[in-house]
Amino acid sequence: MRRSETRAAWLFISPWVVGFLVFTAYPVLYTAYLSLTDYDVINDPHFVGLENFRTLMDDPKVALALRNTAVFVVMSVPTHLLIALFLALLLNRAGRASGFFRTAFFLPKMTPPVAVGILLLLLFNGQSGLINRVLGSVGIDGPAWTTDPTWVKPGLVMMTLWTVGGSVVILLAALRSVPQELYDAARVDGAGWWRQTWHVTVPMISGALFFVFIVNTIHAFQSFTEAYTAYFGSGNTTYSNDAALFYAIYLFQQAFQFLHMGYASALAWLLFVVIMLVTLVQFRVSKRFVFYEGEQR
Amino acid sequence: MTAVGAPQERAELAPLVTEPERPAPARRSPRRRGRMASWLLYAALAAVTVAFVYPFVWLVSASFKPRSEVFDNKLIPDTFTLDNYVQVWHEAPMALWLLNTVIVTVLATAAVTVSSAMVAWGFSYFRFRGRGPLFGLVLATMMLPGAVTMIPTYLIWNSLGQVGTLTPLWAQNLFGSAFYIFLLRQFFLGLPRELFEAARMDGANQWQVFTRIALPLTRPALVVTALFEFQAAWTDLMRPLIYLRDSSTFTIPRGLKAMLDQFGFGGEWHWEIVVTASVIATVPMIVLFFLGQRHFVEGIATTGSKG
Repeated sequence: MRRSETRAAWLFISPWVVGFLVFTAYPVLYTAYLSLTDYDVINDPHFVGLENFRTLMDDPKVALALRNTAVFVVMSVPTHLLIALFLALLLNRAGRASGFFRTAFFLPKMTPPVAVGILLLLLFNGQSGLINRVLGSVGIDGPAWTTDPTWVKPGLVMMTLWTVGGSVVILLAALRSVPQELYDAARVDGAGWWRQTWHVTVPMISGALFFVFIVNTIHAFQSFTEAYTAYFGSGNTTYSNDAALFYAIYLFQQAFQFLHMGYASALAWLLFVVIMLVTLVQFRVSKRFVFYEGEQR
Repeated sequence: MTAVGAPQERAELAPLVTEPERPAPARRSPRRRGRMASWLLYAALAAVTVAFVYPFVWLVSASFKPRSEVFDNKLIPDTFTLDNYVQVWHEAPMALWLLNTVIVTVLATAAVTVSSAMVAWGFSYFRFRGRGPLFGLVLATMMLPGAVTMIPTYLIWNSLGQVGTLTPLWAQNLFGSAFYIFLLRQFFLGLPRELFEAARMDGANQWQVFTRIALPLTRPALVVTALFEFQAAWTDLMRPLIYLRDSSTFTIPRGLKAMLDQFGFGGEWHWEIVVTASVIATVPMIVLFFLGQRHFVEGIATTGSKG
C-alpha cells in the first residue's frame, strides 16, 4: 500500500465522502436534534425535550397514518411477491416469446407515479371507471373504490400491482439460473410440476425472493406519490382522504405544509425505527428459509 | 430431457448423461396434454398482457376524445379530436415544464453517472486502510429512509438560497449515489486487473487509467446507471413538491399534479386535459424504455442477483 495509491483512492472517493458528511451524516444528527425542538424555519429552534414524542403518542393522525401504512404493507407486499413469482414462472415457460411478454409486463414500471395516481382515479372511479364497468359486465356491483374508506387501500394496492414488472424481471433472472439437473433429478424421483416448484424452484430462488420482499417492504412503508397524487390536494385547492393518509404523507404535510420541522423530525425518527425493526425481524426469520448457493451471497 | 431447454453452458454435459437411454421429455409425454398446457400458458400470458397494456391504451384513447366522452371507456373514440393536444399547451406552461424536466434530468443523470463511477473505481481498484468499513457505510446509507435526511437537507438548500430553484433537484447527484456506486463497483471488480497494471507500466497516471481504460470497458453498466437515473429524475414528485414554489419552475410530474388539482378534483372538471398531460408526461419514458430495453432488463436483473 503506497502512499500515492492511498491518496489517489481518497481523491476518487472524495465526492462520496463529502456527500456523505453533508447530506447524510449531518442531516441524520441534525434531525435527531430537531426532533427535540420546536422549529418553524423562521424562528430559531426552541428546545422542548421529549415534548414532540409525547405529542406523537397522543396524535390520532399518527395512529391513523401508522395503521393505514401497516394495512397497505400487509396487503401489498405479499400479493406483490406472489403475483411477481407467478408471472415469472409463466414467463420462464414461454420459450422464445418470453421477451415480448416481459416487455409488456415491465412497461407500466416506466410510468411516472403521478400518472399512476391519476390512472387510479380514472380507472377505479366508482361510477364510470373501467374496473367497475368490467365487474358490472359479469354481474358484480363494484364498490366506490376512490371514495369509500374501506375500498381506498385495496384500490391503491391493485393499482400499484400494475407496476409489479420490476420484480418479475428480477425473479425471472433468478429462475433462469436454476440448474436444469435439479429438475431432472426431481422428475426422476417422480415429482410433478407443483412439487418441483415448491421443493426445487422456490428454495433455489429464495435469495431473489427475499431481496424483492425486503425492498418492497421498505418501499411500501415509505409509499407516498400515488396516494398523495390521488387523494391529497396542494396549493389553493385542498382535498384529502383519511383512508389514504400514509405515514410518509403525514410527515410531508407536517414538515412542508405546516412547517412543524421539529415534530416532523420526530416522526421521521419513528419511521426509521419502525423500518429498522421490521427489516431486522425479516432478516432473522429469513435465515431459516433463504438458501444461498455456494459462493453467491 | 437434460439438453432440452437447458442453457448453452450445460450443452456439453448432456451427451455424457443422457446418450444411452434418453427418457422421453416428461413435460410433453402425453402429447395432447402438453399442447393443452401450452395453450393455457399463452392464454394466461395474453390475458396478463392485456391487463398490463390496457391502461396505457385507455389513457391514449381518452386523450383523443372530447370532454363529454372521456369516461365512456370505449377503445376507439366516437369522436376523434386533437383539440386536447392543442388545448393543453394553452392551459398550462407545458413547454416550460418539459424544458425544466429536461434540464433537471440531464444534469442529474450526468452528475450521478460521473461521480458514482469515480467513487466506485476508488472502492474497487485501490486497496487502502479502512476501505472495507467505508464501503460498508456506503451500503448502509441505502437502508436509510429518505425521511430521516429530508428536513435538514431542505434547510441546507434553504440557507443557500436555492429553494424555489431547480438546483436541489439534481445537485446532490454530484456526490454519487450509493446504489449506483454499488452497481458500478461490481462491474469494475469483474475487469482483469492486469490491464490496468500494464497501462501503469506504460506510464499512464491514475486518472488516465480510469478515464481511458476502465470507463470505456464499463459502458454497459454506465448506460444502466444513466437510464435508471434518467427515469428516477424524470418521474420524481416528492422533491419538486418540497422545493418548487412558482409554477414556472415546475417539472412535468409537479405540473401534472397541479393540473390534477385544478382541472380534476379542483373543481373545473376538465379531465380530458389531465389525461392528455399524463400521456405527454409518460411517452418520453416509454421511448426511453424502448431505446434501452436490454439495459433496463439486464440492469434490474443484476440488482436482484447481487443483492
